[in-house]
Amino acid sequence: MSAPASLTELWVYLAASPLTALTMTLIAYQCGMWISARAGFSPLANPVLLAVLLLVGLLLVTGTDYSTYFEGAQFVHFLLGPATVALALPLYRQIERVRRSALAITVSLITGGAVAAATAVAIGAFFGAGPDILASLAPKSVTVAVAMGIADKLGGLPSLTAVLVMITGVIGAALGPLLLTLLGVRDPASRGLAIGTAAHGIGTARALQMSDLEGAFAGLAMGLNALATALLLPLVWGWVF
Amino acid sequence: MLFYLTVILVCQLAGELIVVGLGLPMPGPVIGMILLFAGLVIRGGIPEGLTRVGDAFLSNLSLLFIPAGVGVVLHMGLIAREAKALGAALLGSTLIAIAVTGLLMHLLTRRQRARAGEGTGETGDRP
Repeated sequence: MSAPASLTELWVYLAASPLTALTMTLIAYQCGMWISARAGFSPLANPVLLAVLLLVGLLLVTGTDYSTYFEGAQFVHFLLGPATVALALPLYRQIERVRRSALAITVSLITGGAVAAATAVAIGAFFGAGPDILASLAPKSVTVAVAMGIADKLGGLPSLTAVLVMITGVIGAALGPLLLTLLGVRDPASRGLAIGTAAHGIGTARALQMSDLEGAFAGLAMGLNALATALLLPLVWGWVF
Repeated sequence: MLFYLTVILVCQLAGELIVVGLGLPMPGPVIGMILLFAGLVIRGGIPEGLTRVGDAFLSNLSLLFIPAGVGVVLHMGLIAREAKALGAALLGSTLIAIAVTGLLMHLLTRRQRARAGEGTGETGDRP
């Protein structure tokens, strides 16, 4: 057997094994974290974005299709479900603060969640996006597993929603803290609530870098907005469209 | 450890069953989150093992977004075609939502913060 042929065979074997995609996902994430740390945790060097770019490059270069990649990566993707359940922990840890400002949190969060969905759909419609794109855009501020479920119910494309959710998180994590400082919002509870509501887990990861309290409120907001949007958006969508 | 991982999965499974059984419009894990939260309220605290399992999930939350994010390869044509609409919608709505939520919460809790005496220099930003 010639060397190139055996190399090809080796690659065919490796590419078909879920282990390769799973390992590549973990390696790419750690490369993303490493680059992000090297860049001084600059919000523009977001680890998720970097990892996705690396993996997309790898898939394109090797001519691997997404379904083959996902056979391995699904083990990571699956963990989104239990991670969503685990959001009960930050929620419970802040129960005293939440109880004290329950009304303020409820009003801010439901308004913020509604504004996020409504402005996304309105701006998308203004630029002429079709109904399936609008349905994919509407839940983009919600954490990805829940957003994909909502998009599916609204008649959107769940896999497109996943990408839009990621970009939303990167935008919120990069520009949210700066915007809030410019607006004079300096208390960590309000900052965390805003970033978690609009930019879910990627925003929460960013808020955790600022302070524990900001991170806790972001985690709380991510959980509550997932809940509020999952409950309300399909109902409102049914009335409007 | 394994016990609390099982607890989390049981909550998720119960959530899925409730969603399918009652035909609810929300994803199962969200109901699972409510069930776990209710359990914590009833129990009156978070067991240490659950903290470890839960924080393992939450501290690597960004990793879990990657497989879905790589799905961008499926929609590159669509995204290129709709780049203006998608870009404007994502940028505009995310910034507006952050501004509205942050300002609203800030205004609504101002009196409370003043009362608690934590109205100044409370950001605690880390460099």
